[in-house]
Amino acid sequence: MDGEGQRAAASWENGTLAPVDRLRSERADSPTPGLVEGTEPGAGQKSAMFVHAQSFEDLTAEAEEEARRETELDKSGECADDLKALEEQHSNDVSSEARTKEEDVSSEAWRSHRKHVFVLSEAGKPIYTRYGTEEALSSTMGVMMALVSFVEAEKNIIRSIHADGCKVVFLTKSPLVLVGVSRTCQSDKELLRELQYIYYQIVSLLTLTQLNHIFQHKQNYDLRRLLAGSEYLTDNLLHRLDRDPGLLLSAVTCLPLPSSSRDVVSSSLQAAKSKSLVFSILLAGDRLVTLVRKKDQFLHHIDLHLVFNLVGSSSSFREGEGWTPICLPKFNTAGFFHAHISYLEPASELCLILVSTDREDFFNMSDCKKRFLERLSKRTAYTALKEALKCPSYSVAQVGIPELRHFLYKSKSSGLYTSPEFPEVYQSDEEQERLMGLYQDLHSCLHHPTRPLRSFYRCSESENLLAWVTSGFELYLCFSPLGTKALAVSAVTKLLKWIRKEEDRLFILSPLTY
Amino acid sequence: MVLLGGSGVGKSSLAMRFGRDEFYTTSPTVGCAYMTRVVHLSDVTLRFEIWDTAGQEKYHSVTPLYYRGAHAALLVYDISKRETFIRAQMWLKELENQYIQGSTVIWLVGNKGDLAQNRQVSVQEGQGLASHKGLFFIETSALSGEHISELLQSVAHRVYESIGGHQGGLSEWQETPIVELQHRDTSNPFASCCKVGP
Ligand SMILES: Nc1nc2c(ncn2[C@@H]2O[C@H](COP(=O)(O)OP(=O)(O)OP(=O)(O)O)[C@@H](O)[C@H]2O)c(=O)[nH]1
Ligand SMILES: [Mg+2]
Repeated sequence: MDGEGQRAAASWENGTLAPVDRLRSERADSPTPGLVEGTEPGAGQKSAMFVHAQSFEDLTAEAEEEARRETELDKSGECADDLKALEEQHSNDVSSEARTKEEDVSSEAWRSHRKHVFVLSEAGKPIYTRYGTEEALSSTMGVMMALVSFVEAEKNIIRSIHADGCKVVFLTKSPLVLVGVSRTCQSDKELLRELQYIYYQIVSLLTLTQLNHIFQHKQNYDLRRLLAGSEYLTDNLLHRLDRDPGLLLSAVTCLPLPSSSRDVVSSSLQAAKSKSLVFSILLAGDRLVTLVRKKDQFLHHIDLHLVFNLVGSSSSFREGEGWTPICLPKFNTAGFFHAHISYLEPASELCLILVSTDREDFFNMSDCKKRFLERLSKRTAYTALKEALKCPSYSVAQVGIPELRHFLYKSKSSGLYTSPEFPEVYQSDEEQERLMGLYQDLHSCLHHPTRPLRSFYRCSESENLLAWVTSGFELYLCFSPLGTKALAVSAVTKLLKWIRKEEDRLFILSPLTY
Repeated sequence: MVLLGGSGVGKSSLAMRFGRDEFYTTSPTVGCAYMTRVVHLSDVTLRFEIWDTAGQEKYHSVTPLYYRGAHAALLVYDISKRETFIRAQMWLKELENQYIQGSTVIWLVGNKGDLAQNRQVSVQEGQGLASHKGLFFIETSALSGEHISELLQSVAHRVYESIGGHQGGLSEWQETPIVELQHRDTSNPFASCCKVGP
């Protein structure tokens, strides 16, 4: 956290820069939610569950550092031509016959998609495209690679091209090159973040070691062979990036559950331990019920999102117990963990993931699950948990602020966020994605690489938005367009108090380790 | 029992038929799925542990974990896709390299029999390969359910024959789950010499 931020936030309310620990212990007595890291609503009482990454920054820090060192590479004028060439390339690409189900890459429809993502090897071989087939795009990807290497030859790095309401963002992560082409108003940084996710998705299937190994031996290798059958994971991840606030906030959300019940679930999971077990994760759909980890081992939210994506995208874990190698790239890009993935009951939403270091440990993991389930089913907490599944979300009306339509609140120190269900006005998919787009804009402003804002209020015809970041939390609010700024500001305090009151239920306050 | 074969040939669909006699489309298997199934023969009851492996190439390196120590291996191909038949033969080679002859009964299973109008591998070809290599052969359809129970019954029968003699307790499956047999059969059941990479 930047020093200035700390000071500003602290003086705003407490006027103190006391060590976080002391503040934490005082928290219970103070009805006012703290704004400083560690005291904000939703902050864990012991240690955090996740790697204490500066989350969003963590994703793009690397790129930014480079940006600071060099002057921004402004090629907008020059590159407009290159982009034209790219587009023309698309239209010349009719030669290779597209699969019938797939889209014609020379069509207007293909070109007008809001966001394209391409992955290629450093030799310019296509690996993935979000729309159309890789075969049909091989010459386009060749041009992209030519651009990258052309700029690299001058000891420069190509970062982005802006032209014609269209942004092209490049991310070189040897041995892969990722390219995003977007018509949205997302910043380069946001687009880069999304490309990072795609990169990690691929690494999680293969490990970086294996990727490097392959391309060292055969520069020309067609990686689609190894990724065959997993394209749907990347497709789904891209879909999530458009819709899931967790990916935007670098945080995960929890199933609302009374803390007494959650604690029983956690301790049952803690008791079902085994030597090779590193993480035990219980999910209810896309929501975390609890996570128990080995002492001193932290899970990164990106890795957790990759697990969410895997589980959410595959119906195959419903058939028996799954056992699969999985690389958690933020933990270690070099090796595989082995995950035991199974649902607690056949038609249940509750999915247990046991991450082990030992690939021969299937029966041990299977036994851990059995022990966990035996223990849990004896307790009333299990009934409470199943009851909680029936209302995995809550309505914004519970907060009691009439003008408030929706919000996202992230506790920075715990890496957890909470958000109500979408209200009536945002029922359609398009409306929900539009609102997510607005949040993304606000997020870009608060995390601008050179001129970050601490708060931001924006009125429009359809809604008013307020965003606010302190060293302890990030908050995004959506109000009816009839509200005023003064109203919005007073709503913040009220909302923070409500979250503080509900934090036991909405967050995991006492994470466990084994 | 281990199910091997290319992606999309219908291994998981077969496994589903074995257990619940249902058919619906699921997503590709990730890694491997483990399940148990009880099969009743006329005089014994066997509990099968089924390893439904993923056919995708990236998971190839972990499959030895599952076929080592298996009593039965089902090499599945799709009769409407020739390359899956070739893939099944590659699996067979790999099995032969790993195996002491006779410790595993191997079936060659031509699935998707309902797609006969798009057939690319003839019955004779399947049959021919099987008899040449000393495998059992059957064509099934997970979709229609045809020959599924026959397959399961005959697998159970052969497995019982090949191990039943010296593993008398097997009929009481509650006391002697097959997993323990596996552990006894091979000194290092999950020992690995898997290669990484393509
Ligand atoms: N027509 C027909 N389709 C089938 C049959 N069996 C499976 N399928 C279909 O083939 C596709 C793949 O089936 P799966 O059972 O998932 O294939 P798999 O061998 O388990 O594939 P991996 O898990 O990727 O290795 C699905 O769409 C099934 O519905 C069959 O007997 N006839
Ligand atoms: Mg399968």
